[in-house]
Amino acid sequence: MSNPSTVARAVRNLRDGAATLPFFGYLAVFLFLPTVIVILGAFRTRDGVFTLEPMSRLLQPATLQIFLTTSWLSLASALIGAVVGGAAAYALSLTSITSTTRRVFTAVCSVLAQFGGVMLAFSFIAVLGKNGNLTRLLADAFHVVIPGDFLASVPGLIVVYSYFQIPLMVIVFLPAVDGLRVEWRDATANLGGSSLTYWARVAAPILAPSFLGCLLLLFANAFSAYATAAALISQRNIIVPMAIEGAIRNENNAGMDAYAQALATGMILVVALVMGGYTLIQRRASRWHR
Amino acid sequence: MRRRAWPSVVLLALVAIFLAYPLYALFEFSVRFPLTGNVSFDAWTKLFGGTDQSRLAPLYQGVVNSLLIAALTVTIMLALLVPTMIWVRLRLPRLSRIVEFCALLPLTLPAIVLVVGLVPIYRFISTSLLNTDAIWLCFAYVILVLPFAYRALDSGLSALDLETLATAARSMGASWPTVILRVVLPNLRTAIASAAFISIAVVLGEFTIARMLARETLQTGVMLVNQAAPQVAAAVSLLSLLFGIALLVGISFFTNRRPTR
Repeated sequence: MSNPSTVARAVRNLRDGAATLPFFGYLAVFLFLPTVIVILGAFRTRDGVFTLEPMSRLLQPATLQIFLTTSWLSLASALIGAVVGGAAAYALSLTSITSTTRRVFTAVCSVLAQFGGVMLAFSFIAVLGKNGNLTRLLADAFHVVIPGDFLASVPGLIVVYSYFQIPLMVIVFLPAVDGLRVEWRDATANLGGSSLTYWARVAAPILAPSFLGCLLLLFANAFSAYATAAALISQRNIIVPMAIEGAIRNENNAGMDAYAQALATGMILVVALVMGGYTLIQRRASRWHR
Repeated sequence: MRRRAWPSVVLLALVAIFLAYPLYALFEFSVRFPLTGNVSFDAWTKLFGGTDQSRLAPLYQGVVNSLLIAALTVTIMLALLVPTMIWVRLRLPRLSRIVEFCALLPLTLPAIVLVVGLVPIYRFISTSLLNTDAIWLCFAYVILVLPFAYRALDSGLSALDLETLATAARSMGASWPTVILRVVLPNLRTAIASAAFISIAVVLGEFTIARMLARETLQTGVMLVNQAAPQVAAAVSLLSLLFGIALLVGISFFTNRRPTR
């Protein structure tokens, strides 16, 4: 290999690489820089000196309680979402890919899962609020009274969160159940296995990693959600995203910026951990989807 | 068509009812007078008749802003992603894992965390570069739509034999810009359309960043109007959810025309 051609290749590689600069440059400004600002801010005083003070405030009982409530809310809604959504995804996988049921179902699920936190909150006010459809129905027919502040409580939030967790599970779990082959069921039957054998010994072990991965994804999704709670709850910061908002809005206390950044760093840690687990599991699960 | 047992049909129907019921309640809420239970379409006529200008102003402004932001976001997203993804596939395959990783990264970064870091950046943008106009939210929204758009474009690109297309065009003397603009792009139309649609849906539904940066969009507008006119807010919510569903059913007709397995 002669020297000039190596140089020429290096120059060409450099020129080829330059074409990706707008992409990476944009990400640097609007994705990496904000992340760095958050993380550095959590470890610096206003004068730029290194400190652990903001992060240590995460260990205060009140803040720990907020993280705990958020985790519990995320876990409960993720479990409900994973079980119900997983079953629905399986049922949906039995329909043909081009059927209208499937098209409409997946479209509705994508919208509910990603689109309208605020709007979903409003629709639940219409269901379970003071004048909600179901509230009136329960009161008239069964004399069950739903407390007026139900939607602003953690159990209320779990119900509303399920409304976007179940559809999200349908979307992310559908590829996994689509990967189940009819041949596997037939093979089990040919070998004398019952439907139960098929589920316990074939389908469940194949689906387990995907299911667990999707559960983690749902947890991270609920942990990050802000809009729904913001539309239902005012004045109280019961989940981490609301505590961050409170800290940013509080202009009287100069140390609050650092506190917001520390809370955000805490969130990054939790979500990164969960999503890291998701990626690892997903890689293992994808063996069956070739 | 595979086996279709009745339990699964029942289950799907139950889930469908759980998902549809709040939408129905939203409609009922928008037309029902809370105290008497009388039905009136006041909220809907106000919304479209423009008889309540002053109270609904934030909503109209929010809708206009959101549509402009959506258009800008889609433009920037396509300009950033399409050439880069084509180029990386053709010339820099070793970079493709890194590009994918970066494009999917925003999925793991909660919007509320992103906005904490964006506050100082937007302070700089609004004082030194541009102004506080809501349309500049598009810069942040490009990041939010990136993972969704990337997936849509990636599946479109995977279906093409990019290598052959490019080699053929190059051997006929086409320059790289010609290859990308006149040979590859026309073949990517459906992928670009679905990337644009999903981006529009995400932009119209975004609330966190707009609220924290105090900009007026569809979502923050609905939130404001909800205090003064909850029934109108319910009507708008229902309309935008239905619009989103229509948008995504549209995508499915673009992309799922034939089973790709």
